Amino acid sequence: MSHGQRHSPTAEQLAANRPLLGPRGRLLAVSALVIGAVGLAASYLLGNGQADNLRHFYFAYLVAYCFWLSIALGALFYTLIHHLLRDTSSVVVRRIAEQLAGTLPFMALLILPILIPILSGSSELYWWLDPVVRESDALIIHKSGYLNLGFFVARLAVYFAVWIALAGLFRGISLRQDATGGTAPTLQLWKYSAPAMLLFAVTTTFFAVDVIMALDAHWFSTIFGVYFFAGCMVGAYGLLVLSSVLLQAGGYLRAVITPEHYHDLGKLLFAFLFFWGYIAFSQFMLYWYGNIPEETGWYLRRFSGDWLGWSVALLFLHLLIPFPIMLSRFIKRRRKLLAVMAVWLLIAHWLDLYWLIMPEYNAAALPLSLLDLTCLVGVGGLMLGVYIWLAGGQALVPVRDPNLTESLNFENV
Amino acid sequence: MSEHVAAAEPTSAPRLLGFLVEFRDTATLFSACEKVRDSGYRNWDAHTPYPVHGLNDAMGLKPSRLPYIAFLGGVTGLGLALLMQWWMNAIDYPYLISGKPIFSLPANIPVMFELTVLLAAFGTFFGMLAVNRLPRFHHPVFTSERFARATDDTYFISLELSDPEFGAQAARELAGSLGGASVEEIWEDDDAEA
Repeated sequence: MSHGQRHSPTAEQLAANRPLLGPRGRLLAVSALVIGAVGLAASYLLGNGQADNLRHFYFAYLVAYCFWLSIALGALFYTLIHHLLRDTSSVVVRRIAEQLAGTLPFMALLILPILIPILSGSSELYWWLDPVVRESDALIIHKSGYLNLGFFVARLAVYFAVWIALAGLFRGISLRQDATGGTAPTLQLWKYSAPAMLLFAVTTTFFAVDVIMALDAHWFSTIFGVYFFAGCMVGAYGLLVLSSVLLQAGGYLRAVITPEHYHDLGKLLFAFLFFWGYIAFSQFMLYWYGNIPEETGWYLRRFSGDWLGWSVALLFLHLLIPFPIMLSRFIKRRRKLLAVMAVWLLIAHWLDLYWLIMPEYNAAALPLSLLDLTCLVGVGGLMLGVYIWLAGGQALVPVRDPNLTESLNFENV
Repeated sequence: MSEHVAAAEPTSAPRLLGFLVEFRDTATLFSACEKVRDSGYRNWDAHTPYPVHGLNDAMGLKPSRLPYIAFLGGVTGLGLALLMQWWMNAIDYPYLISGKPIFSLPANIPVMFELTVLLAAFGTFFGMLAVNRLPRFHHPVFTSERFARATDDTYFISLELSDPEFGAQAARELAGSLGGASVEEIWEDDDAEA
């Protein structure tokens, strides 16, 4: 930009003087990890005190886990689509997404509090694991080729193996480029992005089916994987915006991430919040119109009693109110306003996952409790702690990406 | 023959319509645009072979009205779709489908969505044409032979003489002061009138 009102550093300046989080980042990461550990310990104690074989704890933990995992998955998708589309405009925020996706190996560990009880015979979370049900329920007998413990665990292992490999590959090559420079790593990432995207789509879809949809093993929805994916993206764009704004508030990347980049992030946040609404309605309308008992039961639970209010709140908070707000160009270009919307939509995304999972725990009443909060803080603290720790060890932007200059000078025409 | 010439005589001599200033690089184009912007001249434009970042600011262009037209189109589509389906299915020809109420919102949403998108797209497309005053078949700048290079390697500023506050002389002085590689007068194309 020869004529700038803007004074972005050049790519060379960034490479010579890498933007690093520094000791503040490490302090923040350790604090988050401690808060997370305390949150998890509190969750376990609260859950244990309920004398329900930890059933409430498992469900509350699953909501929190899916919430944070979905954000890491969305960040992985962000990295993949960035390379798949040969995107040059948003290179400056890609490292943040790479570090978020870099938490996936750790997220594989965090599924153990659910998975270990299941392996040792608990059927509190998934009633289709109950030996009596497996012999008496005609549908479960029919589905037992797919829904059995061994295959379930094997599938989870495959999903996490794929995600860990993809996050490691895309993050690793990008980090190596920081040292070596050159176009070869970028070309390599472009090449891998298409098959990686296929793997991501299949694993994320089946993860949603296995872990969330299978809570009610009688019910099925072929659009469920896309529905979960749409939520992943709302969460990921929300946290990307929030991370960028907080970094800038802390004095980092001040002239690097500009209103032009926020405008783009805002557009995609807007696009995915509407995509979520589109998919959610597509799923709902077919079941509403068909009105077949085996399909409507799932909705009936969510549309009766206290859950009706939650469903209506979800419709308004996740779609109808943010839609016209996010339509505005004014808001998308102002980081503080956009950050408010990002927090809003992160909350809406949590409401969504709670709505997907918790009616299977208690269909009669809202099971809101302190446990939901401690689980959210517990898993979140640990995940964000790892995220900040990873981000702190590296430059905050891919300093030697050949497209960095183009991204620094990016303007929405 | 002579009659024909005589008949053409009363229509006045070709009129001066404006000035076309040529630039070889964006730096001089930017400062020239800022100069015209600050002079308060209206009815002028910059012509570049590709989108030049920051030129909108240098030209002092206001944000486009197009989003509002698109939004109006969308809202119209939404309302129209609801009204149409309500009248068709619940009033004009009530028809009970799968035990649902005669007028039931979820069933109407797909058409509401489609018409919103359609009319918003119409608003964007036709609104864009209207805001740009298109389609038109001719513009005086096309009489300049050099202007063809505006799609190739040269930048231009065109000043039209329709500005009420600037006379031909003031416009000529402004055009001359912009630091362009050349200033060309744009005359009414008498061939086009025939």
